[in-house]
Amino acid sequence: MDTSIKVLIVDDFATMRRILKNILKQIGFKNILEADDGTTALEVLERQSVDLIISDWNMPKMTGLELLKSVRASDKYKKTPFLMVTAEAQKQNVIEAVQAGVSNYVVKPFTAEAISEKLTKILK
Amino acid sequence: MDVRLINPFISATANVLETMAFVKVQAGNPYLKKNSTALGDITGVIGLTGVANGTISVTFQSACILNIVSKMFGEKMEELNGEIVDAVGELTNMISGQARKELEEIGKVFKAAIPSVITGKNHTITHCTSGPKIAIPFFVGDGSFTIEVSFER
Repeated sequence: MDTSIKVLIVDDFATMRRILKNILKQIGFKNILEADDGTTALEVLERQSVDLIISDWNMPKMTGLELLKSVRASDKYKKTPFLMVTAEAQKQNVIEAVQAGVSNYVVKPFTAEAISEKLTKILK
Repeated sequence: MDVRLINPFISATANVLETMAFVKVQAGNPYLKKNSTALGDITGVIGLTGVANGTISVTFQSACILNIVSKMFGEKMEELNGEIVDAVGELTNMISGQARKELEEIGKVFKAAIPSVITGKNHTITHCTSGPKIAIPFFVGDGSFTIEVSFER
């Protein structure tokens, strides 16, 4: 897994961004950006080139699913790995995310190993 | 209240705390809570809608939540500040999500609102239903916290 890539973490909770950032740093990622909602994430994605997006599902203003759909509609990011980190494990949600082109998803609560495993799969 | 609505919140609470904060929690006996005064210093509350409308809350004593968040972050937290408020909101969110997953498995589908967090000694927890409030105490080392679950009758 290439840990030199640029990662964007999107979550309205600073706690979750911090936990994910800690885990990513443990894995070896150094180039980590943060956004606290979907609209801010789109602004970051427009300004910079990001190689991996890790997003929460349930956020105000723009949900993770809406962000995923916007990202997949853009030429620049239509194939960029997108990991959804969600407390929304209902089957219908998973189906919707898969249909919208999510690369993989992790259900909260999660371990560092679970995140590492998913990233290994989607970044190979 | 249907007791099958309560158990998923007990197991979800233990699972979330054990997975995210690496702490062992022990659930005490559930009881009917008669008043609205919080048993802790900081409380996360989240509304649920679906097969029944209800609210869950998670209220922590200061020392207990500082210990839990310190373990989540891998660094010592010493005061109830914005970072702790944010962490309580996210813990409440995760407990709700995990419990709703279990509830869906028995055919009871719920949606959750965005959690809110209240702080202060003896603050009031307002559940958005007139149903009974079931409180479940949890013990973590020397500290404790309590979840309350209330659904419409």
